[in-house]
Amino acid sequence: MGVKVKLISGRTVAQGQNLDNKLSDEYFNAVAFCELNAADMAKIGVSPGENVKVSTKYGEVVVKAKQGAGNPEGIAFIPMGPWANAVVSGDTKGAGMPQYKGIDAEIEKTEEQVLQIRELMRQYMR
Amino acid sequence: MVQITDVVCPLCGCVCDDIVVEVEDNRVTKVRGACAVGKSKLMGHGRIKSPAIRENGALKDCSYDEAIKKAAEILAAARRPLLYGWSSTVCEAAKVGVELAEEIGAVIDNTASVCHGPSVLAIQDVGLPSCTLGEVKNRASLIIYWGSNPTSAHGNHMKRYSYISKGYFLPGGKKDRKLVVVDVRETKTAKMADKFLRVEPGKDYLVFSALRAILYGYEDVVPDEVGGVSKKDLLEVASMMKEVQFGIIFFGMGVTHSRGRHNNIVNAIQTTRAAHTHTKFNIMPMRGHYNVAGFNQVCTWETGFPFAVDLSLGYPWYNPGETSSTDLLIRRECDAALIIASDPGAHFPGESVKHLAKIPVIQIDPFPNPTTEFADVVIPTAISGIESEGSVYRMDNIPLRLRKLVDTEYMSDEEVMKRILEEVRAIKAKEGE
Repeated sequence: MGVKVKLISGRTVAQGQNLDNKLSDEYFNAVAFCELNAADMAKIGVSPGENVKVSTKYGEVVVKAKQGAGNPEGIAFIPMGPWANAVVSGDTKGAGMPQYKGIDAEIEKTEEQVLQIRELMRQYMR
Repeated sequence: MVQITDVVCPLCGCVCDDIVVEVEDNRVTKVRGACAVGKSKLMGHGRIKSPAIRENGALKDCSYDEAIKKAAEILAAARRPLLYGWSSTVCEAAKVGVELAEEIGAVIDNTASVCHGPSVLAIQDVGLPSCTLGEVKNRASLIIYWGSNPTSAHGNHMKRYSYISKGYFLPGGKKDRKLVVVDVRETKTAKMADKFLRVEPGKDYLVFSALRAILYGYEDVVPDEVGGVSKKDLLEVASMMKEVQFGIIFFGMGVTHSRGRHNNIVNAIQTTRAAHTHTKFNIMPMRGHYNVAGFNQVCTWETGFPFAVDLSLGYPWYNPGETSSTDLLIRRECDAALIIASDPGAHFPGESVKHLAKIPVIQIDPFPNPTTEFADVVIPTAISGIESEGSVYRMDNIPLRLRKLVDTEYMSDEEVMKRILEEVRAIKAKEGE
């Protein structure tokens, strides 16, 4: 069983620094992770650096777990980018704007690997 | 070595125009005054080396002429083309983009669609009591960042324009100002705040409503807690707002990307209005890319509408939710796309990327990115603000001129767009014969 959270995505400095450098390891390290509160990490028995699977109604994605001191319990943060966008909602409710923040998600520990950017994009090309 | 002063930064909506850059052997070697993100852009990253066309699944290098011709063929043959991006390039390129959209009956949309689109809708609904960043610097003694984290996204915003900056009437900088942050997480910006309100995700609308009621004198209707924020804290922030002579709310994606979307912004603007019963208060969206605001300007003066404009009917039709990129792609309506100066492959929800990856895509960009992975025609361009010049609009809609710092062999976005338009017109003329 995983932990149920509200998922939000957004900018970070490292994400911004690698905006024009997305096919690099630096970008992968800057955005392919999920920041969780220590209590939420303990609930699913995951340590920083281990992998978690983030599942929403819209998809699932594997990213590294990271502890975020600023996150209250029940809120998970993934930097904006293709990993976060694999699980956000494209439903704009008729207003043009997808829901990038506040999505119901479940997070569990996994042994599955984090997909590299090219593998991730290849999933869309099938 | 040449030192260039007053360089205009081509990264975020702050468009800082006081950067100092050193150039040696036609390369930027040192950057002073930019934030970490701006500096990274100015110092440069790996580029798309050559124009290319996808053949049998792999991109194959070709000449500019061949790539432009192929791009024009795709666009001229498309029945429902989308021209998307435009926020990290100059107004001059956007102008040609609107012309091309008109020529081929395309939908033209910029990244506001996944950014401050809801703010644009709200502003059209109720207006925007706002000011320039210069006024904020010189006058604003209360700064509120709401759903916005400038320490991550707009590195120099506080230093140049708001909380930390020293203004004419506020020579003490942050000693003369107060900072309030409203967010769902305790961000670095929140840690600096005199008052931090932690709002529950998706509850911004409620908190604005409560604050608005208090500002209008109806605090008796406000319950003890609203959206995770205590009434006591709301009363305190309302008092702070009433007491200053000039204050501002800067709001970001925390409000536009969450439940409520444009309704949140309408309420934010109305809350600002409520503060007008006591003092002068302002509100401003923290626009992301350096020229996201500029595209909205160009598109408005060319078509009457700021983004998500459908020109397929022979007249401009604007209906975000229908004519916005994400919706068009999820409905699998587009049969070709030109993507310029943006990266929907990385930044659109997976559901829309799925369709984009399957249709012919022309990418115009200086840098390879996830969109390149499925693009069928790739046209590399000069980096605006480093290798080519042009006009852009800062987040407060002040126009600034990006400068050229180094020489390049790459064509500019404007040149590529003009060439594509010419080719499309030639194809259409031939068809008409």
